[in-house]
Amino acid sequence: MTSSPGEPRPVDEDDSAPGDGGVAKGITSYLTGLGLAVLLTACSFGLAGTNFIYGPGLPVALVVLAIAQIGIHLVFFLHITTAPDNTNNVMALAFGVFIVFLVVGGSVWIMSHLNHNMMPMEHSMPM
Amino acid sequence: MSAAGTVAAPHGHDPYKLGSGRGEGGGHGGGPHDEATGHGEGGPASPRVIVGYGFWIFLLSDIIMFSAFFAAYAVLAPNTAGGPSGRELFELDRVAIETGLLLLSSFTCGLANVAADARNKLWTEVGLLATGLLGAGFLLLELQEFAGMIEQGAGPDRSAFLSAFFALVGCHGLHVFAGLLWLGTMMAQVWVKGWQPHIVRRLLCFNLFWHALDIVWVALFTIVYLIGSGA
Repeated sequence: MTSSPGEPRPVDEDDSAPGDGGVAKGITSYLTGLGLAVLLTACSFGLAGTNFIYGPGLPVALVVLAIAQIGIHLVFFLHITTAPDNTNNVMALAFGVFIVFLVVGGSVWIMSHLNHNMMPMEHSMPM
Repeated sequence: MSAAGTVAAPHGHDPYKLGSGRGEGGGHGGGPHDEATGHGEGGPASPRVIVGYGFWIFLLSDIIMFSAFFAAYAVLAPNTAGGPSGRELFELDRVAIETGLLLLSSFTCGLANVAADARNKLWTEVGLLATGLLGAGFLLLELQEFAGMIEQGAGPDRSAFLSAFFALVGCHGLHVFAGLLWLGTMMAQVWVKGWQPHIVRRLLCFNLFWHALDIVWVALFTIVYLIGSGA
């Protein structure tokens, strides 16, 4: 869990007291994750509050930020890495993401077509 | 199960032991189990890795279940039936505080995990306690929000949008509640039973669960609250 050979870590933690290198490394990893997550969350809420971004493009920006933050969580909190002993986890994750996109994307796609076909004149709000 | 890791007996030959073919070429007569797994250079994976993998599969299936709720919400969100829309209902300040609480609780949960790796009982309990308090604060704010909405007549029975909203956000809230119960159990078990291997593995699973809840919340506040109220 604490040892993540996939990621290059700065070497300055190695001269901590023997035995608690894992602790320093672990805390650094979680602190990094927290910092990045807070940054991305602040960006999301900041963008939603202002009209800094062209209105119709806002959902796209928010979704991109969310995906980035989910990535941060996966790497720094759940420790999904590209290490060899993690291959199974990554494969399962890839399959899960695939299914999620099928379910959500498929539902939205089909239902928007249904709406389009069944309600010709009424509100056709895309989202 | 942990005794299965010891390969002391030279010809014990248990064909059902995970990775029993290690070091023997794996050829002679063990049935399909010999070829199945555990032939990597490192030998069979430790129970910790296997338990983590199994729980990860569960979490992914849980996330797929959430994706169905998300799909329902995405489809039903415009159908407000003349009732209030998300733009009128959502209070982004409250959501920002909820997000902060859950994110911090994820962080303290990670710190508890670090402390558990160092076998430090006191700091593990402190980390778990902080996680629980932050999670409880999150849940309290969410319940307040729900109560306020129902007070305004915007309960789950008002429109398809609100049904989907309460189902999705409520499902996440239920998960947090279940996580809190689990957390209390883990605090008691760590305190009473100490660092037995199965307790440590349960702690690992709890960590994964709690972080996964935070991941779901990231998708939730983005899609439901921010896109629903802003754009």
